[in-house]
Amino acid sequence: MKELKIIAVLVFFTLLTYWGVEPFAHSVMHKHVDFKHFAYKDLPALTKTGDAARGKALVMGAGACVGCHSIKAAGIPSPMDANTAAASYGVNPPDLSHVGALFDEKFLAEMIKDPTKALMLGHKFDGKTRVFPMPAFAGAGGDKNQEVADMVAYLKSIATASKITPTIAYTVSCGRCHANRYAKWTQIGFVPKTKSNITTNQDIDLLKFETKVADYQNNLAKYLGKLPPDLSIMIRARSESFMKTFVEDPQSQLPGTAMPRVGLNKEGYENVKAFLEKTGDPSKPAREKIGPWVIGFFVIFTILALLWKRSIWKDLH
Amino acid sequence: MAHFKKATSVHEWLNQRLAVDSVRKVLATEYWIPKNINFLWAMGMILAVTFGLLLISGIFLLMYYKPDTKLAFDSVNYTIMSQVGYGWLWRHIHAVAASVVFLIIYIHMFTGIYYGSYKKGREMIWISGMLLFVTFSGEAFSGYMLPWGQMSYWAGTVITDIFSLGSLDLTGLVEWIRGGFVPGDAFLNRFFMLHVVLLPLAVMALIVFHFATLRLPHVNNQDGEEIDFKEESEKYLSGNTKNSKVIRFQFDFLSKDIVVLGFFFIFFFYLVFFHYEFAMDPVNFDPANGLKTPTHIYPEWYFLWTYEILRPFPKNPGLLAFGFAQVIFIFLPFLDRSPNVGPANRRGAFKVWFWLLLITMVVLTIMGKLPPEGIYKTYGPVPASIFILLWLALPIITKFEKPIGGK
Repeated sequence: MKELKIIAVLVFFTLLTYWGVEPFAHSVMHKHVDFKHFAYKDLPALTKTGDAARGKALVMGAGACVGCHSIKAAGIPSPMDANTAAASYGVNPPDLSHVGALFDEKFLAEMIKDPTKALMLGHKFDGKTRVFPMPAFAGAGGDKNQEVADMVAYLKSIATASKITPTIAYTVSCGRCHANRYAKWTQIGFVPKTKSNITTNQDIDLLKFETKVADYQNNLAKYLGKLPPDLSIMIRARSESFMKTFVEDPQSQLPGTAMPRVGLNKEGYENVKAFLEKTGDPSKPAREKIGPWVIGFFVIFTILALLWKRSIWKDLH
Repeated sequence: MAHFKKATSVHEWLNQRLAVDSVRKVLATEYWIPKNINFLWAMGMILAVTFGLLLISGIFLLMYYKPDTKLAFDSVNYTIMSQVGYGWLWRHIHAVAASVVFLIIYIHMFTGIYYGSYKKGREMIWISGMLLFVTFSGEAFSGYMLPWGQMSYWAGTVITDIFSLGSLDLTGLVEWIRGGFVPGDAFLNRFFMLHVVLLPLAVMALIVFHFATLRLPHVNNQDGEEIDFKEESEKYLSGNTKNSKVIRFQFDFLSKDIVVLGFFFIFFFYLVFFHYEFAMDPVNFDPANGLKTPTHIYPEWYFLWTYEILRPFPKNPGLLAFGFAQVIFIFLPFLDRSPNVGPANRRGAFKVWFWLLLITMVVLTIMGKLPPEGIYKTYGPVPASIFILLWLALPIITKFEKPIGGK
C-alpha cells in the first residue's frame, strides 16, 4: 500500500536524522570514559583485619582525627565552626559519623595513609610548595597497616548503611563545596528559617547567615581556584555516564580539576544521585506515572477516530 | 438594512446576525478538497494543532516566567519545574512541541516540493508558507533565549554576531540588536517581547494568510490533476459521492485528519513523557555564564543544516552561502521552469533532484552538530556546495523536462 511506503520513507529519514544529531553526535563530542564500578583498583586492598575497639582508641588518641573532625555519632563535637575551619584549611573537614558507610574501605584507608593519593590531588599538592591540609597518618608506633585497618574498622562500626539518607550522602560527600539552592542547602548547612523584623522589614538573622556563607565561599574559592558549581539541576545538565565516571575519577573527565576523588561506594553514589534527582528532576515519578495514561488515552482516541472515519468514508469510495 | 424577524431559536438568532450557516458552508461543509490524497495532506492540520499546543502551554508558562537575567533560569528550572502544579508538563509540552513542529514543517515542505504544489496558481501558498517558516524560526530562536542557560547565552552571542556581516564589521549594529556589548538584561527582555508578542502575532496573521492563499487554487492532489471543482462538487451534492473527485472539508477530510492527529498525539506524548532530551539540551541546564564558553556550541537540530552552510566556508563566502540558503526556498516556484504539476517520480531529472536535496539536507543537519575537526572539517564544504549547486541547477534541469504524459 502506498501510504505504508510513505510512512517507511518518513520513519527512515526521521530516524536517520535523529541518530545523527543525537547518539552519533554525542558520541563524537564527548570522550568515552569507561565506568569502573567504584572498584578503585589503584588503591591497595586492606591486608589486616581491623579491630574496632583499638581503632576507636587511635581515632580519639594517637590518630589525632578529632583534632579537626567531629564524630557526632560518638558524641564528639566539631573543634571549630565551618567558617573558622574554612579559614584555616580552605574547606570544612567532614563529620566522620557516616563515612564508614558512604565510602569505599580502600579509599578510607588510603585517605588516612596518603590523603593526596586517595583524593587524586597530586597535581595540586606536591607536598613541598603546597601541602594538603590533612596530614598523612605517620603511625602510632605499631604495625601501621594494622593501625589503619583498626581505624577503618572503627569508622565502619559507628556508621550504619541503613541510616544513610540521600541528604546525608549529599551533605557529607558533596555539600561542603557544592551548594544546592533548590534544596536550600549552602556549604555551611541548610538555610535556617528566620523572620523579618516587622518594623524595618529586614531579616537580620538571614543576612547574618548569608554573610557567613559568603565568607565561607570566599575561602573555598581561594582554596580551589574557583567556587564549585551549585548542583541543584546538575542531574539534567550532565549525562548519567558523565556523573558516574566523574565521581569515581574526576581527572578522567576534567584533567587538572581541583575536584578531589570522592571515594563513594555504590550505595553512597546511589544516595547522592537520589538527592540530585530530587532537586534537579523532581517530576520523574509523576512523569512515569501519568505518561502511560495519557498515551493510553490517545490510543483509544485513535481507534475511535478510525472507526468514525470509516463510517464517513464508506459512502465516498 | 437587513430585515430582522423575531428568532425562534438561538441558531436562527445567530444566523440572522452572523450568517453562521453560510459561513459554515463556505469554510467547512462546502469547502472542497480533492479525494485523491494521502495522510501527508493532514500535516497542515497537525501544524495548526501543534501551534495551538505551543500557544496554550506558552500562556501557562508565561504566568511564572521572569524575564530577568538573575531570575529567568530559576523561574524556569525551579519554579515551573518543581513548584507549580504540572508546570513540568507544560514546559515539556512546550519544548517538545517547539522541536516537533519543525519536523512536521519539513515534512509539509517536502510534501509540497514532491507533488509540485507550489506552481500554476499555487505560488502564493508556497510563499506564505515560507514566510511562516521564517517567522517560526525567529519564534524558536527567541524562545530558546528565555531559560537563560549556557546554550541560550552562547547561541544568542553567535547568532547576533552574524549581523556584523563578516568583513563589514558592523559591530555597532550587533550592539544595537543586543542592547549591549554582550547579551544581558536588555537582550533577554527584547527577545522575550519578540517571543511572546510580536512574533506570535505575526505567526497568527500569516497562518490566516496561508489559509487564504489556498482558497482559489485549491489543495493539490496526489497526481497533480487539474480538477473542475464546480463540476465535481455538483456531482457530490447530487448524491454521486462515490464518483466525485472531491470531498467536503467537514467531516470527510476532517475525519481523516483526526485519525492522523491521533497517531501524531501518541508519538508526541511518548516524547513528552519519556524521550524529551533531544528537545531540551543538557548544556542549557547550566546557567548562562559569559566567562565560560561551552566546549561545543550548536543550534537546535532544525537549524543545523543552515548552520552547516555558514560554517565550513571562510567568513565572507560563508555568510553569502548562508544568506543564499535562507532565501532560496522562497523562490522555488520561479526556479522550477517546468509546467508539470505532479509527483516527482514522474518528472525525470527532477526526481533525482528531489531526493538529492533531501539527502543533502539530512547530511548537512548531521554534520552541523559534529565538532568541526578532522574529516568533518575537511569535507564540510562538500555537502554545503552540493546544496548550492542543486539550486543553481534547478532552472536548467526543469527547463528541459518533458511534459508528463509525453505530449
